[in-house]
Amino acid sequence: MSTINQIEDLTKQEYKWGFVTSVEEDRLPNGLNEDIIRAIAQKKGEPEFMLEWRLKSYRYWASQEQKQAEPKWANVKYPPIDYQALSYYSAPKQKKELKSLEEVDPEILKTYEKLGIPLHEQKLLAGVAVDAVFDSVSVATTFKEKLKEAGVIFCSFSDAVKEHPELVKKYLGSVVPYTDNFFAALNSAVFSDGSFVYVPKGVRCPMELSTYFRINAQNTGQFERTLIIADEGAYVSYLEGCTAPVRDENQLHAAVVELIAHDNATIKYSTVQNWYPGDKEGKGGIYNFVTKRGKCLGKNSKISWTQVETGSAITWKYPSCILQGDNSVGEFYSVALTNNYQQADTGTKMIHIGKNTKSTVVSKGISAGHGQNTYRGGVKILKGATGARNYTQCDSLLIGDKCGAHTFPYIEVRNASARMEHEASTSKIGEDQIFYLQQRGISKEEAVSMIINGFCKAVFRELPMEFAVEAQKLLSISLEGSVG
Amino acid sequence: MSLLEIKNLHASVNGNEILRGVNLTVNPGEVHSIMGPNGSGKSTLAQVLARRENYEVTQGSVQLAGKDLLAMKPEEAACEGLFLAFQYPVEIPGISNAYFLRAALNALRKSRGEDELDAMDFLPLLKEKMRLLEMDEKFLNRPVNEGFSGGEKKRNEIVQMAVLEPRLAVLDETDSGLDIDALKVVAKGVNAMRSKDRAIVVVTHYQRLLNYIVPDYVHVLVNGRIVKSGGPELALELEAKGYSWTEAEPAAISR
Repeated sequence: MSTINQIEDLTKQEYKWGFVTSVEEDRLPNGLNEDIIRAIAQKKGEPEFMLEWRLKSYRYWASQEQKQAEPKWANVKYPPIDYQALSYYSAPKQKKELKSLEEVDPEILKTYEKLGIPLHEQKLLAGVAVDAVFDSVSVATTFKEKLKEAGVIFCSFSDAVKEHPELVKKYLGSVVPYTDNFFAALNSAVFSDGSFVYVPKGVRCPMELSTYFRINAQNTGQFERTLIIADEGAYVSYLEGCTAPVRDENQLHAAVVELIAHDNATIKYSTVQNWYPGDKEGKGGIYNFVTKRGKCLGKNSKISWTQVETGSAITWKYPSCILQGDNSVGEFYSVALTNNYQQADTGTKMIHIGKNTKSTVVSKGISAGHGQNTYRGGVKILKGATGARNYTQCDSLLIGDKCGAHTFPYIEVRNASARMEHEASTSKIGEDQIFYLQQRGISKEEAVSMIINGFCKAVFRELPMEFAVEAQKLLSISLEGSVG
Repeated sequence: MSLLEIKNLHASVNGNEILRGVNLTVNPGEVHSIMGPNGSGKSTLAQVLARRENYEVTQGSVQLAGKDLLAMKPEEAACEGLFLAFQYPVEIPGISNAYFLRAALNALRKSRGEDELDAMDFLPLLKEKMRLLEMDEKFLNRPVNEGFSGGEKKRNEIVQMAVLEPRLAVLDETDSGLDIDALKVVAKGVNAMRSKDRAIVVVTHYQRLLNYIVPDYVHVLVNGRIVKSGGPELALELEAKGYSWTEAEPAAISR
């Protein structure tokens, strides 16, 4: 058998985290209309301004849906989504307010344990505070006290709406307005929960903040909303990791993440995305249509995105930076892996507005099986962005001969002082490389994992330590069966 | 027991028969040179011994220290002590030389039931071998072969050989692309590896290398067969006369 065949075998490993938890659900009937929007707002006990915003979003979304439905420019194919067939709200039933973990449904805790999410003491030891999102409602938050001491607000979006409405009102939609795109409008109308972070002036967040998402309810779109604000001189590192159970139906996931960095503030946002990718024949899997954007509002601010995308049947995602403040810095480091029939259209937009703004884009795409992997990047240097600089490196690695890699880099420069660098490469994983390592005594599996990790190194070293280890494992698992 | 015993080896690549009945016996402590014109099957022989896929053995047998080499995967052959110095060493981006070589050494040690070496124990060993091959320490942290010159790649192969300490080393055209100074350094490294327990097979097109690595036996491979065997003087004869005169002679049984 040739190496490529063995490579293919290796990638055919089943999704490891496929299981379903049976928890009583509180859910709204299928379909989307103004009554549903009102019901969501009511169930969540939201103030009037939220309902108004949701309704405006819904109306915009409905008008778009009538006109042209979803955007069609992405290099992905999927059957039309029937938005009226989905249920837009589901929450694990809660009988009373929860004061401690012991009060959380043991079924839910078991799910977390299976996923290896350290919700208990281990987590405290690891120094990670977790706002765990089970389906759409946060059920547990730890380490709040310590964060409170530092003045950091880290809570579910629902709590933020109730406890810090002025912050929500000020920043919600300020980076991704509901008119931004079809899925952002949908999210704005129906989002049920998410995370909220506010780091006050001059505070360095004392720990990495981490949220684990998990889609659980059948036919329930997961609409997360995340808002992170770093005030002047603040620093925060946020980790987002996902797994989801095996399902036959495609599940829609349309999240929105907004980041705001004021003067001299830094936000580092890291993602390991491992939603269910569908089976070997391309059946099932998550549709991951996400809008992520950060605004470097203040001078010398910095926003850094790092993502490792191995899951989802379809990924449509462009974590971007608006570099508004002078000397602000935007970074995007990405590893995207598609195997079997997965499709990914991902990349970033760097919009240079302020003077001496700098952006770095490093994208590593890996395609195996019948996977289709597209890098789509936009770098815009606006007129006032004197001295702007961009460096883009975009590499694709192909495993086998049935997959595809595509690159669409757009560059728009309106200021002659800009300096742009763009490097791109496409290569096949070499039988030569694998044989070389084998000849030195290293097994084929190990050799492939080494080569892939070498390929992704520039991205992995941007991840927090534990996350980097997890990401490497995830890549090996995701490729098992595709590379011998 | 001989270290390497090749009997009537036939091998094809994409249906073309390249090796047509090679016989060769190599004992511990010996250095053999296999010479031959381009396309005679020298590199194919090296690749078959290293168990490269797509090289199909159609007939014959190969024993490595009494074990069936042809039943082994490449990594198994490596663990049995076979080392191939590649003619064209590949680049492996993102993996440092030191990390790669420690992983390789530990794979071999593991197969022998020995403890793995940590970085602290490994680095002094690697540095020592690099000094022998006159390689700067900056190569420790450079990705494997990436951006190396031709000569640096070849020296890096011999550094690996020195670290992995194989029982049987096959050097595939290690002299190609080397200037005379680099050639001397490489030869010094190889000669330092000569021992009574180890055998070395030097595959080369030119006699030049054999001035520095003096073999015990020289074999001439033409059209997939060893047509002539002799001592080091045979290499000089080839240098003087070229290969064409050997082709007329009947296949000799090499020792």
